[in-house]
Amino acid sequence: MNKALLLLPVAALLASCGSSHSGNSAGSSGNEITGAGSTFVYPVLSAWAEDYRTQAGVKVNYQSIGSGGGISQVEAGTVDFGATDQPLSPGDLAKNNLAQFPVIVGGIVPVVNIADMTPGKLKLTGPILADIYQGKVKTWNDPEIVKANPGVSLPAAQITPVHRSDGSGTTFNFTHYLSQVSPAWKSGPGEGKTVSWVGGVGGKGNEGVANYVKQIPNSIGYVEYAYVIQNKMTYALVQNAAGNYVSPSADSFSAAAASADWANAKDFDLVMTNAPGAQAYPITASTFVLLPKQPKDKAKSDAAIAFFKFALEKGQPQANKLDYVPLPDTVVKQIETYIGQNVK
Amino acid sequence: MTAYAPIERTTSRGATADRIFNVVTVGAAWLVLIVLLGAAASMAWGGRLAFQTFGLKFITSSDWDAVGGQFGALVPIYGTLVTSAIALIIAVPVSIGIALFLTEIAPRWTRGPIGIAIELLAAIPSIIYGMWGLFVFAPVMASDVEPWVNDHLGQWPIVGPLFSGPPIGIGMLTAGIVLGIMIIPFIAAVARDVFNQVPPPLKESAIALGSTRWEVLNRVSLPYARSAIIGAIFLGLGRALGETMAVTFVLGNAHDLSVSLLMPSNSIAAAIANEFTEADTDLYRSSLIALAFLLFIVTVIVLSFAKLLLMRINRTHGRTH
Repeated sequence: MNKALLLLPVAALLASCGSSHSGNSAGSSGNEITGAGSTFVYPVLSAWAEDYRTQAGVKVNYQSIGSGGGISQVEAGTVDFGATDQPLSPGDLAKNNLAQFPVIVGGIVPVVNIADMTPGKLKLTGPILADIYQGKVKTWNDPEIVKANPGVSLPAAQITPVHRSDGSGTTFNFTHYLSQVSPAWKSGPGEGKTVSWVGGVGGKGNEGVANYVKQIPNSIGYVEYAYVIQNKMTYALVQNAAGNYVSPSADSFSAAAASADWANAKDFDLVMTNAPGAQAYPITASTFVLLPKQPKDKAKSDAAIAFFKFALEKGQPQANKLDYVPLPDTVVKQIETYIGQNVK
Repeated sequence: MTAYAPIERTTSRGATADRIFNVVTVGAAWLVLIVLLGAAASMAWGGRLAFQTFGLKFITSSDWDAVGGQFGALVPIYGTLVTSAIALIIAVPVSIGIALFLTEIAPRWTRGPIGIAIELLAAIPSIIYGMWGLFVFAPVMASDVEPWVNDHLGQWPIVGPLFSGPPIGIGMLTAGIVLGIMIIPFIAAVARDVFNQVPPPLKESAIALGSTRWEVLNRVSLPYARSAIIGAIFLGLGRALGETMAVTFVLGNAHDLSVSLLMPSNSIAAAIANEFTEADTDLYRSSLIALAFLLFIVTVIVLSFAKLLLMRINRTHGRTH
């Protein structure tokens, strides 16, 4: 009897594993479209969906099951669109006959918990950030950090790095950035939605990392920009590729999106961390939407395209309100041309 | 003569009902077995890729590198066992104390309210324990308990390394204590019911022989209830081994193997819950399912060990119940 009781959670877990891949079959008309994927984009996507439902009468159903799930569901054709924080390569897209474009921009911001530190006072370079997360820089008064912060008093306390315990696009973009700026990081942990961390603590979700940083003295973590604003966290500045320390803000994220070389990225396969612009925020990320190139249901595909056209052109106020950053107009134009050419 | 017909009718009706009852109970019993074996088999099947790729290294390696495709379950297994052991060390004496107090010592009118309070505690969802652990308990651990532990227990020979480390408030010790608090009501509620079953004449006889209250508890109530108490403890242990949400909040979810109880670690259930959504390669997904299979195996081993222990106790002390 005891054994059976103990097994119930396991059985339930298995059942839930199974169902997360079966997905919902969408409704039968173009009045309802279904998507699945990235949790990062979920708040703004559901705000857009609500606006679009009142204006166009089309219901958009979005399940934020994670980028990996979104990719596998759109490949299997169980949803009308997928959303992922990590772009697929043109090769992968061609294999599954998918089109891909970015819809929104966000920033990933290092946050710290150091006594008497004010937001934006601590300055970090990319290599320092990589060294902290690799356990090479162990204390806040390490010479490397002191050199970047003349006149700032730094405690002789041990740094506790906080990372995401779940696989996430945030981690992908953060580690992608660290791989760009630190050869040791690139050959060590590397980049991915979850990597082999050296020491530190893992929090589940942005809120998990934010809470760990708030609870653990002398810790550092990385979270989406919205969490920094909403939780009034102490953020650190990161040096960008042009050598400037730029505050995380809608302007600096836009600058990064504008300076990224979208025109030459086939299928928008571009991660814009370490963007070259002088005012570009260095750890800027975007979420990508995946659409089938030859949809089974033309009406639904058209409805999905119309929805994203609406979101890209008229969704800016909602995005700004939720602390996301809309794509620059030039990129929106490129996306619309791309959709016209690629989705039949 | 005339009485035969109604009697036959009754027996035949009773026989049908009996047969239905029999089928239902047999079916229910078999269902348990089928679910058990089915779950084990499907987990083993789902994890076969991981077992094939890594072999025995899957259990002995502490690597967990999704980028490099290297997976080893040593850290989650270790974290699961250590946190559950800490939980038991805390929960068992406290629960038995609660149960004995409620059945033997407490004034009669307080028994009802305290008993209901324990049952309500058992009904609190584990995520609430997790949030309490993170927001209330972890800061206390970080600012008061762990620095003290570091300065005092950390200096001891042999066990010192267990208790020295950075006082961050998140780690195996915190997770074990939160788990312990969580399983106390389970063990206490069952133990209370068991102690209530001790026949009053037994206790009265002991008192009549001049036993003190402690001797009655220690020599009569506890031995009488021993096997059922151990059953209750293992029910609690089972919950601790498989607990997910409460642990993931305060354990730190780090795939690092460390001796110190103050350091973050990972547990099998927490690793699966954290990583399943974005496990995007077949090997990664298979490794997580293989972890679930290992949790199953660990649980079976622990429970079999408990059963053996119980048989051993019953043999040496004679059957009391």
